[in-house]
Parts: sequence; C-alpha cells; structure tokens
Amino acid sequence: MEKGGNYWGCILVIQSSNKSEMLCEKCQKKPATVHLTKIVNGNKTETNLCEVCAQAENAMGFGWKPDWMLQNIFADLFNQTIAGNQALSDTGARPVHCEQCGFTETQFAKVGKLGCPKCYTVFENKLDPVLRRVHGNSVHTGKIPRRTGGTISLRKEIEALKRELQAAVDREEYERASEIRDKIRSLENKIG
Amino acid sequence: MSIKDTVNNARTKWMEGTGPDHDVVISSRIRLARNISGYPFPHFMSEEEAGEVLHAVKLAVSSKEIEKVIGALEFTELNELTAVERQILVEKHLVSPQHIENPVNRAVVITPDESVSIMVNEEDHLRIQCLLPGLQLEETWSLADKIDDLLEKTLDYSFSEKRGYLTSCPTNVGTGLRASVMMHLPCLVMTKQVGKIVNTISHLGLAVRGYYGEGTEAYGNFFQVSNQVTMGQTEEEIVKNLVTVSKQIVSQERTIREVIFKESKPYLEDRIYRAFGNMNYARMMTSEEALKNISDFRLGIELGVLKGLTYDLVNELIILTRPAFLMKKAGRNLTPEERDSLRALLIREKLSKVRIN
Repeated sequence: MEKGGNYWGCILVIQSSNKSEMLCEKCQKKPATVHLTKIVNGNKTETNLCEVCAQAENAMGFGWKPDWMLQNIFADLFNQTIAGNQALSDTGARPVHCEQCGFTETQFAKVGKLGCPKCYTVFENKLDPVLRRVHGNSVHTGKIPRRTGGTISLRKEIEALKRELQAAVDREEYERASEIRDKIRSLENKIG
Repeated sequence: MSIKDTVNNARTKWMEGTGPDHDVVISSRIRLARNISGYPFPHFMSEEEAGEVLHAVKLAVSSKEIEKVIGALEFTELNELTAVERQILVEKHLVSPQHIENPVNRAVVITPDESVSIMVNEEDHLRIQCLLPGLQLEETWSLADKIDDLLEKTLDYSFSEKRGYLTSCPTNVGTGLRASVMMHLPCLVMTKQVGKIVNTISHLGLAVRGYYGEGTEAYGNFFQVSNQVTMGQTEEEIVKNLVTVSKQIVSQERTIREVIFKESKPYLEDRIYRAFGNMNYARMMTSEEALKNISDFRLGIELGVLKGLTYDLVNELIILTRPAFLMKKAGRNLTPEERDSLRALLIREKLSKVRIN
C-alpha cells in the first residue's frame, strides 16, 4: 500500500457468472464464478474465486456486513505501523497497553477495534497516521455535544472571534474590532 | 404500535412510496455511533457493565422530554424476542444483522412509526438510526441530531475535542455518522454503468454496495451509497456531499430509463409481463426470484403497464418475501421449500387487485 496521501475508502465490486473457464485462484479445482474487484487508494486488484472459497473469504456476506472489510483493512494498516516500529524498538518489552482497560495494540491489530475511549489517548501516536490514511484527516471538525462537550464550543467560538478580530484590525475597522473584543470578553467570563 | 406490532406487520415507515424521488430512491438513513464515558466498548465489556449501560439507556429514553418531542420510545431487550422476531427486525432494517448475533445484554429502542431505532450494545453502546422514505437525507439528519441532543442531556458521551465522538472502531470515529441512501438502479445495471459509478464514487470518500446480496450479486438492483469518511468533515458536509452524489445518480438512472423506455419498449414490456405472470402463477418462489420480479415491477409502475400497482405495495413485497417474515406468518419454522411455497402464495394474495392495463 502506498505510504501517506489520502486514503479514500475502499470499494469492492462482486460479480458472479454462471460458467467460467477460469479456475479458482485459491483451490485451483473448481471454476471461478465469483469475481471480486477491490479498489483501494486507486489501486485495482482482481480476485477470481469459486463459491466455496469466496464464502470462506467472507466475500459472500458483503451485502450484510458492510463494515467488515474496511475494519480488516484498518487492522492491517495498524499492523504495518506496529511492524515498522518494532524494527526500531526493543522487541522484548511488554506490548503497549491501555492502563484503563488493559487492551493491547496486538489485540487492536487483530480485531480492528479499541478497548475503551481511553485507548484513543494511549495509542494516539500510532492511530494518527492510520486515521489520516483512512479518513484523509485525523481531527474532528463536526458536532460537539452540548453538555459533555463542556466549554469546547465556547472556546472554539472565541478562537473564531479572535481570527475575526485580527481581520477587522487589519482592515482598520476599529469600531467593529471593539465590538468583537467585547464579545470575546463576555465569552471568556462565561468560561471563568 | 408496540414491538409486537413491529414484528407482525410487513409495513414500515421507510417503504412508503411517497418520499422525494421515490421512483429511484427507496430510503435515506442516518446512523450515529455514540458511547457512554467510563465504560469499555461493548466487545470488551463485562456482563455487569453491559447491564449498567442497558439500564442507563433505558432511563434516558424514557424521559418525559423525549416523549414530548419524538414520541414514546419502546425499549426492548433482544432476549425478550424470539429468534424469528429478531430476524424480522433485521429484515425491516431496524437493527443490523450483527446486533442479533448474540442477543444477551443487547436491546433495541423503537418509535411507533419505526422511523427511529436505537441499537444498544451493538458495536458501540448506542447506534441511533433514523430511516425515512425517499431522498430526504437532510431531514433524516436533523431528526437524528435532535434525538442525539435529547439523549445527551442525561447520558455522558465519550467525546474528545481532537477526535470527536469516540467509537469502538476507528473507522467511525469523529462524527460517528454513517449516512446512506438506498437506490433502485435497474437501468444503470442493464446498461452496465454501475461499475463506472462505483469507481467514480470511491474517489469521493463514498462507497456503493449491492443491498440484497446473500449471494454474489445485487439481487433486485438495489444499491446503497454511503459515506466512508467520518472525520475531518462536519455532519452537514457529509450529508450534503452524499445528497449531491445521490441526485446525480438519480438523474443518470432517469436519463437512461427514458432512453430505454423509448428505444426498447417492447423488450421492457415483455420483461414486466413475464414478471407479472411469474408472480401471479408461480407456486414456488425463491427470495432472489421475488426480488428480481419486484425490481421489474418498479419499472412497470413507471411504464404504466400494470394497474393498481403502487410503490407502497412493491416496497411492502420486499419485506413480505423475506425468510423470517414468512416464518412469523406461518407461526413455525419452515424448510426452504415451504418458504418458497408460502412466498408464492402471499405474493398472489397481495397482487389480487393488480391488473394488466
């Protein structure tokens, strides 16, 4: 897989044929009637399997288990990061684990899921590049919960106002700037 | 309406054939993944912790305010239902197949009109799902957003400023939002254009999948387009992006339909008449065959070949012909042959008022 760059999802196309001259790539015995086209990061790979092997590959369930593949690929990506880091670090050391729930990075690489919310902080450095590859980004810009989000919304609003303030100053709109400054002060008072 | 009505009735909100762009779009869906702070994710939770989460959600959904704004939400633990009833919830798209794999310490919360369903302790503590007929993703999102706000008044969500809503699988982290649109694209399939669309869409952070595919193909030409990226975009951006792409697909499908209607009308009519004959006279019908005929019926409505056939009825047939629903009707387990026979019978009954124009 290509390093860096944006990872824009992964696409699987499954087609079936009644007859096929081709033999299954896996068992080399039965005719390949299931044709999988996978497009990851613009790279296309084609796999031709018989029904039995395709089922074993979980390809058949794709209509019902929409997330399995992305999840597996995610675990694969994380595995690569671990492998890369292991070459540098002392392999005899205890694997990195979450002090809250005890989940290890090896477990993550296996199941593609984290143990608890705290794991996001514990595995932060390793997750970052992987998130960027999967989502093209690693920072949330969406909704903030009203109550549990605490003062985050207020702080974001203040940041935006400060940028606006600077712009107003640059444009020498001092009246507007003083209005914005008052707004910022009142928001800052709310946070305390 | 209660959960018992839900599992006994093939009709559900999302299949109403009156939504916007209903000639191509079946339904719009929003799913939000949320977790309660202080607890491990469901796959790593003790039974005791899972029970506590169930309890917390049960309390949260029974709040007076929710009842006032959304309507009464019914909380049902999955092991209060039979295996067949649980499968019907899957067939009605109210819960995921994964949710019923292990019914212990899991629950579902449903509104009377079935437009909102919340899975408790699936891959995340909460999976809030809203499902509306036709292409109305913005409306679906605003409904989900509202419910999310109401639940957050009593539940402490696991949220980080940098990573957003923390989810069990990092493929959902950030907004925790999966938006999807289910479409019927028979003419894009006929002209082999679907592959091209899949290819293009993959570059936009979206994915297309065949919907009914226990086998190897998209039976009935039903496809689901959904976002893959959940981080770095706002919910509104994700929804808008998907709506724009969906509208383009709708217009492509319509354009090709028009051409085919004009150029190959006898061929298409033949196909619809055959489907009608099949559905009216067959004594054994597999679910794949039924979906294929249902797909042709949908085109038949537009061509005006069949009288008395509505999108409502055709969409209802989708649920009615699913395996678990048939077993519920029969009141016992059925062999595949018995199912095929009952399916054929139910279809004939449902079509009794449909005539050739």
